[in-house]
Amino acid sequence: MAVAAPVVLDVRGLRAYLYTRWGVVRAVDGVSFALGEGETLGLVGESGCGKTMTGLALVRLLPEPAGRIVEGQVLLEGEDLVTKSESEMRRVRGRRISMILQDPQTSLNPVFTIGDQIVEALRLHHSDGERTLATRAEEALRRVKVAAPEQRMRAYPHQMSGGMKQRVVGAIAVAGEPKVLIADEPTTALDVTIQLQYLALLKELQARTRLAMLFITHDFGIVARMCDRVAVMYAGRIVETGPTRTLFRSPRHPYTEALMASVPSIEGQPPPLHDLPAGCRFAPRCAYVDDRCRREYPPIMPVGPAHEAACWRVEPSPSR
Amino acid sequence: MLEGRAITEPLIRAENLTKHFPVTRGLLVGRTTGHVKAVDGVSFTIGRQETLGLVGESGCGKTTTSRLLLRLEEPTAGRVLLDGQDVHALRGLELSRYHTRVQAVFQDPWSSLNPRLRIRDTVAEALVVNRRVTRAGKLERVEEVLHQVGLPLSAAARYPHEFSGGQRQRIALASALAASPELIVLDEPVSALDVSIRAQIMNLLKDLQARQQLSFLLVAHNLATVRYIAHRTAVMYLGRIVEQADTESLYRTPLHPYTKALFAAALPADPDAPRDDMILSGEVPSPIDPPSGCHFHPRCPFAMEQCSRVAPELKAVAPGHVVSCHLY
Repeated sequence: MAVAAPVVLDVRGLRAYLYTRWGVVRAVDGVSFALGEGETLGLVGESGCGKTMTGLALVRLLPEPAGRIVEGQVLLEGEDLVTKSESEMRRVRGRRISMILQDPQTSLNPVFTIGDQIVEALRLHHSDGERTLATRAEEALRRVKVAAPEQRMRAYPHQMSGGMKQRVVGAIAVAGEPKVLIADEPTTALDVTIQLQYLALLKELQARTRLAMLFITHDFGIVARMCDRVAVMYAGRIVETGPTRTLFRSPRHPYTEALMASVPSIEGQPPPLHDLPAGCRFAPRCAYVDDRCRREYPPIMPVGPAHEAACWRVEPSPSR
Repeated sequence: MLEGRAITEPLIRAENLTKHFPVTRGLLVGRTTGHVKAVDGVSFTIGRQETLGLVGESGCGKTTTSRLLLRLEEPTAGRVLLDGQDVHALRGLELSRYHTRVQAVFQDPWSSLNPRLRIRDTVAEALVVNRRVTRAGKLERVEEVLHQVGLPLSAAARYPHEFSGGQRQRIALASALAASPELIVLDEPVSALDVSIRAQIMNLLKDLQARQQLSFLLVAHNLATVRYIAHRTAVMYLGRIVEQADTESLYRTPLHPYTKALFAAALPADPDAPRDDMILSGEVPSPIDPPSGCHFHPRCPFAMEQCSRVAPELKAVAPGHVVSCHLY
């Protein structure tokens, strides 16, 4: 895969299943991608396509006991996270890979002050005294542009607006100076003018720290604004990857094509992840479906520079 | 002054509509310490077979406005007129008649349907509550509206959990249609749905409007949805309408600085789109203690001295285009 910057995160053939009473939910079913330093990769798809589960699998926070990584590697700077023990993972999370979730309400503890919660995150990474940690926490708040940080340190989450809380979550996520930040719909719960402020803030943090970002979203406006590359997920698999402009201008997979339409409209529903069709998972909703699509799942094939798609209709590009 | 085109007498007219919620302190004997000025003097009209879009960020009062229209709230001041009749003065039979003429579809199709009722009973509820109908007549009407929203007749005997989000929203729409309303208040009708099915529901709404001469009040924060459905659009900020115009002219030439910022923040799904960012500083102030003068002035990049003193009036700047800003 053509990634210009050095690869910090390399995900190979990742499968994460949920073992439920209805059967095995194949939420992440053979997902591979690489993420370069300072790069932003958008992971897009409809709800239930497995994008959040992919993010959770990367930091090994799948819902217990149903969720399990059954196959694949998550190489963070060459080290496989899948084989690490829980106590080893605890040293990795926050320090080398962090995650911001959609709802800031659930990420913060309602009974501790903002200051306590940032200091707690900092304590994992620094052995400084309390006084120094408090100063650092204030500094962290200032970096995410929280106004009057000295006063905010003593505030409780309920005293802050959604946008402010999400900034605090951001401050905690980057407190340990991680290499990789997974942002799972971080602005969905925010108003649009506040969303724009937050996106600008993430860009700024990234420019300063060369952070690699995996941006999970279903909003193509955010993708167009934030991402260098995009991976489109459908029913547990990535069906197309490419540079953002290429994907917007010349999508090759019928699903991407339909999503990119000015008024996207696809008949039907995605298949349930515990009962997937034999061939291509998009076949039942695809306008160009033929017999082969229903029998065999198409391999992901290069279709242009750094551009791949999994569809029987695409011609593999000869040059690559 | 507000009408865009020369339409006949509007179906709904809201005049200086105001809703203040008291803020109380103390556990047993509450003292009123202030008021949340959720809606603060809002006027608009909705014509027959017309859709008015109401946009703004959370807390701007758009939902309270829609609840006032539905008679779920009593206004502190101002009134809502349906065919010239004060809606909040209706009693008895007239009130029950009002509830058949005005219906609602809410955002979340998972919580707006009773999970224990079969679809036919949910859909028929408005009929049963508001009119006497025979059993046969009821079933006939249920089948009719299910057909209108594109659901199979077999849906009638099933329960909500058997349907997807898009289908549930069709069911919610069917139950709104059952009583043959003239106005449907649509509160975020597609925002809980996946992008791939939003268009289906939006097209269905437009279809139904054309076929059944419906009027819609569309409350939404998604600007693309509003542009697709609404004929006219009003932008709210902290309880007031700051700009109102024909949807196309509003989207093409937004005038109020807040409208501009709101539109700039709705990121176009195009990596080559020009980035005329207008990142507003700060957050929406509390509606308990809104800023003096123009409510938007503390965040406005063009604020002048008078903006903090004098609240601007809504001024007509083009036919059907009104804006409340000292710049115009």
